Amino acid sequence: MNKITLNIDGRELQAKSGQSLLSVARENGIYIPTLCYHPRTKKAGKCRICVVAVEGLPGLQVSCSLAAADGMIVHTYTKKIIETRKMIVELYLASGKHDCPTCEADGECELQDVAKVLGIEKSGFPMSDKGYVTDSSSPMIIRDMNKCIHCYRCIVGCNDLVVNEVIEMGYRGSRMTVVCDLDSPMGDSSCVICGECVQLCPTGALTEKKAAGKESNRDTVKVRTTCPYCGVGCQIFLHVRDNEILKVTGVEAAKPNYGSLCIKGRFGYDFVNSHDRLKSPLVRKDGKLVEVSWDEALDYTAKKLSQIKNDHGPDSIVGIGCARTTNEDNYLMMKLMRGVIGTNNVDHCART
Amino acid sequence: MKKILTANISGGTKISGYEALKKTLSMRPEEVAFMVERSGLRGRGGGGFPAGLKWKFLPQNSRGTIYLICNADEGEPGTFKDRHIMEFDPHLLIEGMVIAAYAVGAKQGFIYLRGEYGWIAKFLPKAIDEAVREGLLGDNILGSGFSFYIDVFRGAGSYVCGEETALIESLEGKPGRPRLRPPFPGTNGLYGKPTLVHNVTTFSCIPFIIQNGPDAFKAASSTGRGGTKLFSISGHVNKPGLYEYPMGTSLRELIYEAAGGIKGGKELKAVIPGGLSTPILRADEIDVSMDFDTLAAVKTMLGSGGIIVMDETVSIPRVAQKAARFYAHESCGQCAPCREGTAMIKLLLDRMVNGQGEQDDLDQVMRLCRYINGSTICAFGYAVSLPIAAMIRKFRNEFEALLENR
Repeated sequence: MNKITLNIDGRELQAKSGQSLLSVARENGIYIPTLCYHPRTKKAGKCRICVVAVEGLPGLQVSCSLAAADGMIVHTYTKKIIETRKMIVELYLASGKHDCPTCEADGECELQDVAKVLGIEKSGFPMSDKGYVTDSSSPMIIRDMNKCIHCYRCIVGCNDLVVNEVIEMGYRGSRMTVVCDLDSPMGDSSCVICGECVQLCPTGALTEKKAAGKESNRDTVKVRTTCPYCGVGCQIFLHVRDNEILKVTGVEAAKPNYGSLCIKGRFGYDFVNSHDRLKSPLVRKDGKLVEVSWDEALDYTAKKLSQIKNDHGPDSIVGIGCARTTNEDNYLMMKLMRGVIGTNNVDHCART
Repeated sequence: MKKILTANISGGTKISGYEALKKTLSMRPEEVAFMVERSGLRGRGGGGFPAGLKWKFLPQNSRGTIYLICNADEGEPGTFKDRHIMEFDPHLLIEGMVIAAYAVGAKQGFIYLRGEYGWIAKFLPKAIDEAVREGLLGDNILGSGFSFYIDVFRGAGSYVCGEETALIESLEGKPGRPRLRPPFPGTNGLYGKPTLVHNVTTFSCIPFIIQNGPDAFKAASSTGRGGTKLFSISGHVNKPGLYEYPMGTSLRELIYEAAGGIKGGKELKAVIPGGLSTPILRADEIDVSMDFDTLAAVKTMLGSGGIIVMDETVSIPRVAQKAARFYAHESCGQCAPCREGTAMIKLLLDRMVNGQGEQDDLDQVMRLCRYINGSTICAFGYAVSLPIAAMIRKFRNEFEALLENR
């Protein structure tokens, strides 16, 4: 790729041709605030917070979308730029319900961050209420469109990243809002509850229902682990406080899922602290299930399987692999069946 | 209203019986483009972009698909020129489109018709059928081997769809929201193909240019630049209507001679010269030549040529309020400064006019106008901020009186 040279705020910088101005600036430690930009949903040009001035081009340009060009002279910090950013953030703060103390996203909100960086204590504009009713119809997601900043990230995520194609921007002007299908409540829509939209939302417009009221951004430890549900090995963060998982998020910059998860990986963590969870093997003795040690359980199983094989032949036994185990584990299951038991009866839970 | 004629082509429409098309087909495409470039024709929809230059952004001598779109989404308040051409001389438009298509190598054209123009949607296809029947459109036009087709697409009633990239989105069946640029329609337009978009009146200038030559077109204006211009004059005048005058005619002449002066012998107060989105002029500023450059020099625009005349009884804050309501209603909502900003301007002006304004409301409206300007995805940001800022700048005492007398 061609190397180009451009000037940002008086610094001569090298860049790759076609690279966005925002990415050149960030690589070189030049701060440009953003709201609608996300590395996975890429250029959006909706919030206009990342505006910069480019000599020779009219008006202001959005740095997330404009490609760097050789010889470009860019300013990221003029009065017009700062005042434009402040105006936009103050407009956001004045419209809708951005009440930080009661917001689930408090502490993890990009609008809050940008407002602080710009030194905005209070919006200079009169407060106006958008008047949307909170949509709690989905079993896992709470949607409060009063806090939506129309960044389009959830829309790109739903349509282009996970390709569930449930949500889109509906209506227009200040009545524009994210709609599910043809403006159904989320719980009645074709949403499969993967939570991609929640992961991408920069504010408290989309939050996890199960984490509501638990202050999941405060005093929690983020534990990185691998999702236990299937062999894909999605990377997840468990947000843990006092041995309780408050919520799960995808790890953005890691293979194989880059932040995306399915309904089970993102929301199916209740089993960890469930009273019904099996923590040790059970063997039925005198008609009752009794807790035993692993050694006893394995010895019992091996003895019984050998007995069945002797009495009825190896083909009387079948091994069913599990979708939640890795390929390596399933390979060993096959080895156990073919090499030890001596049968070709091996299958998979998703097919039986 | 006069019954529409769509028949009788051979009898000739006002300007030509497709004589310019016949001449065009005897020329090479680049010769046609060169004539249009030399004529200095500038986009008549409002932008005033040189047509010849726009044609050069398209791939030259390409065998790939190029689309031609006629922007007939006439939505600018105070403008009613396109509909008259389509009603009374649709063949002038069709001829202009075929000539442009021949010059740039387009095979398929679309007329994107304003949703509210239902009656035109009924007979425009009839005019197209007529042209096809006469061999002036469709396969192998007049035996030249050149083929071109036109389809009429009816919009659904959105002001922003007059913006060319929003129009293209809408034509593709998507919500009419402008695209980020670059890339521009000249390289990535309809369905990602190079696309040329012109206003109805821009296309309608082309047959004259081809038939009479670029110099005759220039000579038709009073400044030697830019032919004639259709002015839609509305408001407090004795004879509101559509007038064709040389480009560069003075605004005073248009108001007092063409439109017969102010109704009821009242005093003139202000004029919006080129559709609602152009900055207002005071009564003492009307000795101005109505052309792109002169109006730009006095910080307003020729725009679409929709002249809105207001007499002494008009309250400018009420005009600003009505304008703000319109823009807040028509903002597509896609980018933050426009969506939130137009709604806020409307809120502030509403409460000012209703006698409930706060002391710094006027400064806040000016602040919004200053920074919405230049920060939006499309020119809508300019369209809302420039005229409202001009109304406040030129009639500030009226706004201040609202705050004092609350």
